[in-house]
Amino acid sequence: MSAYLILTIAVLLFVVIFQIAKASEYVSVLKGEEKAFRQNNRINGFLMIGFLIFGLIGAWWCNKLLYPKTMLWQPAASDHGQKIDTMMWITLAITGAVFFLTQILLFWFAYKYQTSTKRKAFYYPHNNKLEVLWTAVPAISLTVLVSFGLYYWFKITGEAPKDAAIVEITGHQFGWEFRYPGKDGQLGRKNFKMTNAAANNPLGQDWSDNLNLDDIHTNELHLVVNKPVKIIINAQDVIHDVGLSHFRMKMDAVPGTPTTIWFTPVHTTKEMKEITKNPSFVYELSCDQMCGRGHYGMRGIVIVETQEEFNKWMAAQKPQYWAAFPDKAPGAVPAPPVTSDTAKTKTTLVEQTAKPVAQVVKP
Amino acid sequence: MSNEVSVHGQHGAATAHDVHVHEEHHHHETFITKYVFSQDHKMISKQFLITGIIWAFIGGLMSVLFRLQLGYPDSTFPILEDIFGHWAKGGRISDEFYYALVTMHGTILVFFVLTAGLSGTFANFLIPLQVGARDMASPFLNMLSYWFFFLASIVMFSSLFTQTGPASGGWTIYPPLSALGQASQGSKIGMDLWLTAMSLFVVSTLLGGLNYVSTILNMRTKGMGMTRLPLTIWALFFTAVLGILSFPVLLSGCILLLFDRHMGTSFYLSDIVVNGEVLSNEGGSAILFQHLFWFLGHPEVYIILLPAMGMVSEVLSINSRKPIFGYMAMVGSLFAITILAFLVWAHHMFVTGLNPFLGAFFVLLTLLIAVPSAIKVFNWLTTLWRGDIRFTPGMLFAIGFVSLFISGGLTGIFLGNSTLDIHLHDTMFVVAHFHIVMGVASFFGMFAGIYHWFPKMYGRYLNNLMSYIHFWVTMIGAYLIFWPMHYEGFAGMPRRYYSVSQWESFRHFDGLNQFISFVATVVFMAQILFIFNFFYSIFKGRKVVTQNPWHATTLEWTTPIRPGHGNWVGEIPEVHRWAYDYGKDGQDYISQITPVGEHESKH
Repeated sequence: MSAYLILTIAVLLFVVIFQIAKASEYVSVLKGEEKAFRQNNRINGFLMIGFLIFGLIGAWWCNKLLYPKTMLWQPAASDHGQKIDTMMWITLAITGAVFFLTQILLFWFAYKYQTSTKRKAFYYPHNNKLEVLWTAVPAISLTVLVSFGLYYWFKITGEAPKDAAIVEITGHQFGWEFRYPGKDGQLGRKNFKMTNAAANNPLGQDWSDNLNLDDIHTNELHLVVNKPVKIIINAQDVIHDVGLSHFRMKMDAVPGTPTTIWFTPVHTTKEMKEITKNPSFVYELSCDQMCGRGHYGMRGIVIVETQEEFNKWMAAQKPQYWAAFPDKAPGAVPAPPVTSDTAKTKTTLVEQTAKPVAQVVKP
Repeated sequence: MSNEVSVHGQHGAATAHDVHVHEEHHHHETFITKYVFSQDHKMISKQFLITGIIWAFIGGLMSVLFRLQLGYPDSTFPILEDIFGHWAKGGRISDEFYYALVTMHGTILVFFVLTAGLSGTFANFLIPLQVGARDMASPFLNMLSYWFFFLASIVMFSSLFTQTGPASGGWTIYPPLSALGQASQGSKIGMDLWLTAMSLFVVSTLLGGLNYVSTILNMRTKGMGMTRLPLTIWALFFTAVLGILSFPVLLSGCILLLFDRHMGTSFYLSDIVVNGEVLSNEGGSAILFQHLFWFLGHPEVYIILLPAMGMVSEVLSINSRKPIFGYMAMVGSLFAITILAFLVWAHHMFVTGLNPFLGAFFVLLTLLIAVPSAIKVFNWLTTLWRGDIRFTPGMLFAIGFVSLFISGGLTGIFLGNSTLDIHLHDTMFVVAHFHIVMGVASFFGMFAGIYHWFPKMYGRYLNNLMSYIHFWVTMIGAYLIFWPMHYEGFAGMPRRYYSVSQWESFRHFDGLNQFISFVATVVFMAQILFIFNFFYSIFKGRKVVTQNPWHATTLEWTTPIRPGHGNWVGEIPEVHRWAYDYGKDGQDYISQITPVGEHESKH
């Protein structure tokens, strides 16, 4: 009902504007085209300068309202993020100066040089000195930005330190899965053809590779504060993207082409709760590359903690190998016949991958 | 090129013209040959424009619909279910439908409105009129160009009515999402129709582009040297070159994607497990498509922007009653942008796992574009300086264009710098950036063009008051919509999210999203006002009674008020000077066809 009401109001508004617009045309004919033109010009000149003034006030007000909602004031949660933030402020300062200078000139000129009977336009087709000036100045400031940018870029994208921890992230429609290398510190080989969620191998680990036997599959990403971590990124079906806004990091997950990033988390989740004064603060892992209808719900949780906390959590995790072969797990009862596994349908896939460890305990 | 050559080169066309002028009096053109299968460049340009306006309405309406979901995620609008059925069950747009809307909004606005509707309209309309030609080099191919566009439109439009819906993987249609029907409803028949429509569209663009280039190079009137061309023509020339060299790459990308979809090839596919099903494809690269796509996709941005720049230069100069400042620098910067446009495509791919060393070159080349862009901005500012500015509706939009181009251009410096792109890539910051600089700015260029050349197109004026309302609502609205959106990007909020309510980091922008959606609806209404003004004025607008209402120097204003096919009655006038003699030697303006006087000063 209210939709129709709004539509009716809109239509009426249209009719009113149209009638006034038509009338104004007749009025301008009566008044004389020249006079009407000058009057319109003055109004638009005032609107130009008004737009500038209210625009500047609006920009200030908008900043006041929204700045606290951004991450600009929060410290970046990784060392690379700190570099990116520095770069961001340098760029904001330079572009901000250019923005205010040019916008003010634009609207000021529009207002100041609006047509007047007292003034004639100044014939000024070119001036080489000026043109060289405004080729050179932008070129120099961009050199500064490019140099800083590339300096940081190579630091961020360079090789990860040798002692970096390793985690593998795999994206699929619509969720994330994580794999830790276990005690041996190395991830086992994968083969996408072996992927079989029903057989508790949702990532396609190749069980013939012994490195796989202690690999741990989790559905939360736990990181150790102040310890560099190298993340190996995969996707199973379509392109996803590992977006870690608090860490200022991002990398696509491409099927068939593993990618990597590395960084050092510098604040634990607990610290960030205090810094942001938000008790429900949580590091979120978002999918930043359009991946289908559930794109917006592809949320992962990242927990940054101390080494002790991490060790405690890790000790409670069990290798995926035990889930796939329950009979091989230490102290396990003989496994039920495999045939019951194959009966599992796609619908159970989601819960399985979400809690692979829990699945093991039940049978 | 000597003037003699262009005259002789046109000999055939000139004789043809005599026949045409003759025809105007004796031969009855049928409705079909005059309005439908017309070979008159002016009629074809109007066909492009009106088709573009219809598409803009559809594409704009789509944005209102998905903004409704973003702004009011918890409300229901029963009217939506009445119209869209299962796409909006319970009055709430479904996520599938949301993504289909976002995808089609992008595709329609980028290709069907701002490519075909913008350069299709103004290249067709202005090139023959401003270079002094009877028509395009090949009026027949020109007509085909429109009808291929029309065909593409029909195919694209039909995809909206399929059971599984239109393409829904984003306008960039990255595979494997777009290649696998199992991965998304929109990757079924909708995607095939998308690819078919775009292939037809590429044909249309090539037919048009080749015509534009050959007309500009070969059919200029006597005296019209390349350096005497108005900047609109230069811009349209470079646009056509960009299109000719880059659109075929999109076509190849589309064809390979069709192969992957239907012929079992693996150009883009490798190691895929979708919904538990292991696919046999191996060895392809999903990133290959992105290279092919952006090799068109980036020049495409300039295909959209350059005509707007050209028209804005023209309109600013005319209404400041001053020559454009630094004509040669303007041409040079257009040229530089054209070259650089081909060398920056991978800046869309900094976080795809692209080699960082390679990325560094793309950073350098991308930020280099800021130099010609800065030259243009400062030259526009200097053109206004000490002018005698008339705020015609066209002029308002031209000034608005400069403002938006500055705002959107500066945020490009953030995104082009790979270090910052890591954080900002695919966030709302990107959405704000490209909507301002290539979306709204190009629309402003287009509006400047429409308001300025409407009297030449239809022999009538648009209503002034409605034009002013249209401008101010759009200008203020554009900033209200896109300025705060940068802040969402600074918070890392990803683009293309159907809802942010479950995200601790982003959900506090709910109020802002609502505000943006509200303003977007108001701005859309202002566009309806424009569309109404446009069609009303074609039939009922104030009649143009003088040949040169804006007191402009260029050739199109030397034709009759309502020029027939062939444009000039009698000889095509000879050109004696550049297009920007405004305010010279105390004269308001000197037309290009006025011979250089004895005591005239040199510039």
